[in-house]
Amino acid sequence: MDILTNLAIGFSTALSLTNLAYCFVGVFLGTAVGVLPGLGVPATVAMLLPATFALPPVSALIMLAGIFYGAQYGGSTTSILVNLPGETSSVITALDGHQMARQGKAGRALATAAIASFFAGTVCTLLMAMFAPPLGAMALEFGPAEYFSLMVLGLVASIVLASGSILHALGMVVIGLLLGLVGTDVNSGAQRYSLGIAELTDGINFVVIAMGMFGLGEIVANLETADTRELMIKKVSGLWPTREDWRRIRAPILRGTLLGSVLGLLPGGGAALASFGAYALEKKVSRNRAEFGHGAIEGVAAPEAANNAGAQMSFVPMLTLGIPSNPVMALMIGAMVIQGIQPGPGVMTEQPTLFWGVVVSMWIGNLMLLVLNLPLIGLWVKMISVPYHLLYPTILVFCAIGVFSLSNTTFDVQLMVLFGLVGYVLKKLGCEPAPMLLGFILGPMMEEYLRRALLLSMGDPTTLITSPISAVMLALAAILLVLVLLPSFGSTRREAFQDE
Amino acid sequence: MRLHVAGPKDVWAGLIYIAFGGLMFWGALGYRLGTAGRMGPGYFPRVLAVILVAIGVVALVRGLIVRGERIDGIAWKPLALILASSVLFGLLLERAGLVVALVALVLVSASASKEFRFDPKAVAGLVALIGFCVAAFVKGLGVPMPILGTWLEPLAVLAP
Repeated sequence: MDILTNLAIGFSTALSLTNLAYCFVGVFLGTAVGVLPGLGVPATVAMLLPATFALPPVSALIMLAGIFYGAQYGGSTTSILVNLPGETSSVITALDGHQMARQGKAGRALATAAIASFFAGTVCTLLMAMFAPPLGAMALEFGPAEYFSLMVLGLVASIVLASGSILHALGMVVIGLLLGLVGTDVNSGAQRYSLGIAELTDGINFVVIAMGMFGLGEIVANLETADTRELMIKKVSGLWPTREDWRRIRAPILRGTLLGSVLGLLPGGGAALASFGAYALEKKVSRNRAEFGHGAIEGVAAPEAANNAGAQMSFVPMLTLGIPSNPVMALMIGAMVIQGIQPGPGVMTEQPTLFWGVVVSMWIGNLMLLVLNLPLIGLWVKMISVPYHLLYPTILVFCAIGVFSLSNTTFDVQLMVLFGLVGYVLKKLGCEPAPMLLGFILGPMMEEYLRRALLLSMGDPTTLITSPISAVMLALAAILLVLVLLPSFGSTRREAFQDE
Repeated sequence: MRLHVAGPKDVWAGLIYIAFGGLMFWGALGYRLGTAGRMGPGYFPRVLAVILVAIGVVALVRGLIVRGERIDGIAWKPLALILASSVLFGLLLERAGLVVALVALVLVSASASKEFRFDPKAVAGLVALIGFCVAAFVKGLGVPMPILGTWLEPLAVLAP
């Protein structure tokens, strides 16, 4: 069978000693940085990205994927032990997980999170093996017009499904698209917006933007609010769920995984939406409804399964179509471009070892998380206890050196500062940085596809709606925008994000 | 004088969009436009800049009409210190070298927190951090950062 051959290719790549080592390093570093309070997943990935640039492409992507899972899992650990989640996707876990910790069941909550994540990871690896090839095959039929429309749909959907103001998300996407054009125009060789600065001729490095807006921005935002963390547990014991726990978490894990897999495929979906949806669903169907919010183990199991499933499935549109559904996937695409890989359906057919190696390594990474993190919990607790006033100067040091090492120029450090300032001010005005990063990554690709589409049609813009696939995607994008602007749907959307 | 507007966040964001869009459009005027069928380097940026200005106008108008949230207080002190410390690092790295640049980065940024005390423990931590960075980044990963910069090069003869 095809799936088995593909998975076999994947296993032979991912199980090589070097790749196993990089997977481990990624998972370990990701968790270590991810547990640090006040550092979200995108900031963690951006900070550790430069470490992967020197590696060969397969190992780099495997390590990055490991960093991503690790960071996510680390975030859950922090939100269970300290009621201070760094990332929207672990806000939900904090609701019941932290209550469990207060009742002395921290170990069981952590184990449940790890088991739920691992189960979701296993199912999603299989789902990816089944669904990625047909999706990629379909995408191979796409011409430039279809691609352009797909990117429009991706951007619109990610705006609609993310929280915050639609208008400002649109504004930030366009700013990102414009910033993506800085540098040499691939078509004409002309310099655009480089202001005669040599460092800008190759464009702005996406890591500089991500570290400035997520890294620096988060530090300043955290310093605004006083450090009020209370670490519940100095020592975590009782790491295994009881028989009763097992009975209670089985169904929620299954439901969370399914919901997360579906939501993760959507642009703008990914982890946050999935965990929120799964929690809401459990609250409706669970027999222990009354316990929710007071330490219900289902309230940890379902969202943790869902956020891991969502996170993993968001790799599918990224790897098969080259469309990032969230800022972390945007960073992954940026990393692939730096490695010389053109993201899109070609990746699967031209570089099967890379594609399947990464898919399988995700499962291995999840297994490592399960096996390693429970014994290492003491170490993570120590890391969480580091006071923030000692932590943030250190984070800043790694950001500064990391950004410098991108192309060995201090210009990038100053540029990071500029983006930190801009990001902070815009955030104060209700403009989130995430859509800007998506736009920035997609900007040059969108221009190229639009240019090719219109070249083929001799300048006739109706080519975008005469191709049926392209027309459907543009129509979907338009419908989504109109729906959100309708008052009734708009208020449901606001309600849905209220608890975040 | 303080102008009272209904939605200050929208108004400011709108003005930023209009200003940035306008600037990018003005910049794109210097690039060849081409035609839709044969786009020049100036085509896509102009389209985007116009869209951005339009979004800005919508935001501005909405901010003037619809009541919106106030802007929360901006934490000027941490903002200034964090940004200044990173700027200093950038300026000092090649001139004074990694060690001095790190001392500046850490001390200036740390002073943004109320809890920070410059005590022996902090000094020990700083020394350890600098030692780690020199060992891991310069020696280990080979990032080309001078440990002592051009200003301090005369001191290098003193080193063993």
